Amino acid sequence: MDTFDWIVTGAKAAFLVVILLHVVPIMAWVERRGSALIQNRLGPNRVGPLGIFQSLADAVKFIFKEDPVPGHVEPFYYVLAPLVSLVPAFMTFGVIPFASSIQLGDRMIHFQVADLNVGLLYVFSIASLGVYGIIMAGWASNNKYSMLGSLRSSSQMISYEISMGLSVIGIVMVFSSVKLGDIATQQGELLTHFGPLLLPEALQFPRWGVFVQPVGFLIFLVSVFAETNRLPFDLPEGESEIIAGYHLEYGSMKFAMFMMAEYLNMFTASGLLATLYLGGWQLFPGMGYVLHEVQAYFQMSALAGDWTRIVFEVVSFGIKVGFFMWFFVWVRWTLPRFRYDQLMDLGWKVMLPLSLANILITSVFIFFGWV
Amino acid sequence: MMNEDFKRSSFSLPPGYAVEHDPDDLWGDSRVIVNIGPTHPAMHGALRMIAQLNGETIEKSYCEFGFTHRAKEKLGENRTYHNYIVYTDRLNYCSALINNVAYAMAVERLMGIEVPERCVWLRMICCELSRIMDHLICIGINAVDLGAFSFFLYGFHQREEAYTLIEKLCGARLTTSYTRIGGLMADAPDGFERELKAWVGRTRKVVQEMDELLTGNKIWHLRTVGVGVFNKENCFEYSYSGPNARAAGVDMDLRRDQPYLFYKNVEFDVPICQNGDVFDRYMVRLLEIQQSLNILSQCADKMKKGPIWAEDKRVRIPDKDVVYNTMEGMIHHFKFFMKGFEVPPGEAYTQVEAANGELGFYIVSKGGSHAHRMRIRGPSVWHYQGLSKMVEGEKIQDMVAALGSINVIAGELDR
Repeated sequence: MDTFDWIVTGAKAAFLVVILLHVVPIMAWVERRGSALIQNRLGPNRVGPLGIFQSLADAVKFIFKEDPVPGHVEPFYYVLAPLVSLVPAFMTFGVIPFASSIQLGDRMIHFQVADLNVGLLYVFSIASLGVYGIIMAGWASNNKYSMLGSLRSSSQMISYEISMGLSVIGIVMVFSSVKLGDIATQQGELLTHFGPLLLPEALQFPRWGVFVQPVGFLIFLVSVFAETNRLPFDLPEGESEIIAGYHLEYGSMKFAMFMMAEYLNMFTASGLLATLYLGGWQLFPGMGYVLHEVQAYFQMSALAGDWTRIVFEVVSFGIKVGFFMWFFVWVRWTLPRFRYDQLMDLGWKVMLPLSLANILITSVFIFFGWV
Repeated sequence: MMNEDFKRSSFSLPPGYAVEHDPDDLWGDSRVIVNIGPTHPAMHGALRMIAQLNGETIEKSYCEFGFTHRAKEKLGENRTYHNYIVYTDRLNYCSALINNVAYAMAVERLMGIEVPERCVWLRMICCELSRIMDHLICIGINAVDLGAFSFFLYGFHQREEAYTLIEKLCGARLTTSYTRIGGLMADAPDGFERELKAWVGRTRKVVQEMDELLTGNKIWHLRTVGVGVFNKENCFEYSYSGPNARAAGVDMDLRRDQPYLFYKNVEFDVPICQNGDVFDRYMVRLLEIQQSLNILSQCADKMKKGPIWAEDKRVRIPDKDVVYNTMEGMIHHFKFFMKGFEVPPGEAYTQVEAANGELGFYIVSKGGSHAHRMRIRGPSVWHYQGLSKMVEGEKIQDMVAALGSINVIAGELDR
């Protein structure tokens, strides 16, 4: 790597970190306003227009609040736990491409912090590190409710990681790659088959993951709810029975770090869902035409046209991610919570067999060349 | 480790609830004693449960109450009959009007007073309005405990509107103190019937929406069907009444079986379910809301203008212009509020179908302006006793669901 590469990578990483840091307050606001919208009430509307600066006020409160360490906790692990949750949450988004690539001179710049050849595996391995933070928090808090919460969390995450990993195997088989950049690129092609049927040209639509792997998509969608501890699977912090679960003993910024980790995990999960199943940065149907018109209207040079394309792709990716983020909020304020054993039943008795069957059927399709 | 902690901890369990060591049980030492409440978000009001957990399963539990004990019954012996009305508000504060009505009925029975027609209709409206509010709270909070927050707020909005209606009646929202012995604090304002019917129409829609949102929900079924089962035998054993008993198939409703007020004159059904689980208790309450809405619109139709006070010199609070302009009125007023009215010796028990079950006031009078003994039968006491049995062998999350579904109101439980 030469200096240029360093600068480019550093710029991309900085861009991503800034985005991630902004996602949390924006999501906190969206969640509060969104829940208010669903629940037929106003929500925060005092700080700034539509209460948009409410998150800022919250952040100030979190930072300036007293940050006590209760007497009965194990201080080292107690302080470490929020960090252990938060850091992996920041790390995972690095391999998700948010736009395609651009030619600058003789260099190709990919809009992805690191196009690792292990791609997906990296995401899963880092994401599962987050559970250590939760276990640590539960154990170090020396509180029975926290303990219950962290035990629930660890078993839930392990159970759902299996079905989540298996559901993605279908995608990996179809696109023959674990690199997220490759997967996103290949989804720009057209789907020529519907099972054994050949589609006429007029009916061909983009080969997005959701069309080639509908069952895998559903399993993945359900699993990420469990992975991110969101309702209806928010048992680790089930507020009614175990109060707040693993972060019961935490206050001020340490609590905020757990909350940030949750929102960042949501963001990463939405990014993954968009990349694997909705074509990632691929433009929506019709956006390509608009892009072409824009380029022609302003008589852009090749470079400026490319940059416009990048902007369009980022917007497209943003819309997809935003949809899933809203979906998380929407589901949270609509559904009741599962019971712990029912959650396990769902994970092991429904999701796991389904994902295995999905792999089998996908391999049959691939064997006959239908996908 | 946990057992050691427990032995060292300051609270002690009642006999029979110690951690037992069964030599054949390999995991005998792995029980955790969890102290749920009195300050726990799911223990409505201040209730406490000490549960012995095996994993997440409650093996044994012990329920405690009395954290909000205010000696209500003893206060009844030290306050005049009129003074005591405000204390009845604080029994079941979710449906304060029913308590007011039941208390006034008990004293009126003791004194042999008949209240005029309009007063009875207004009292009936109060009862049914309160029943709806109480049920909306119960199923709403139950849903919150199971994670369905939006459902709760839909109901809560209607409840706030009902409070606004009640505010129009008596100026207060929560602690109403609306009834007087032999009458009511004030007549309903003009157009109250119309507003009531409009509210009934709106609420009917909202309840329909709530029904569609949750009743068919798969997760809701998973969480509630077969959970916290309390069958017919248990209900008899624990003296359950009201919606909790009807959910288990006990076909009993005091409004129909021993009609008080004007319940004979209105048409309504008594919804019954059979299984006695959390879902049935939810369902009975939801159906009862619809029945109460029917009763309310019938009441609004049948109510006519007229006096609201029984013309009985003993209990009639003199009108203000009489008080300010005549000496007799002034004396009467002074005597009424400072000394109270005389109640003949005797005893009376009235029972009404309150939102949660049979609410009774048993008053023994030996003459004078104070009761000799004031006894309140609040349904929550009986319901709460059954909780331990209800949740035995269930998960800790089911305990939350079961407690929410029997709708224990701490104010009525502890008194």
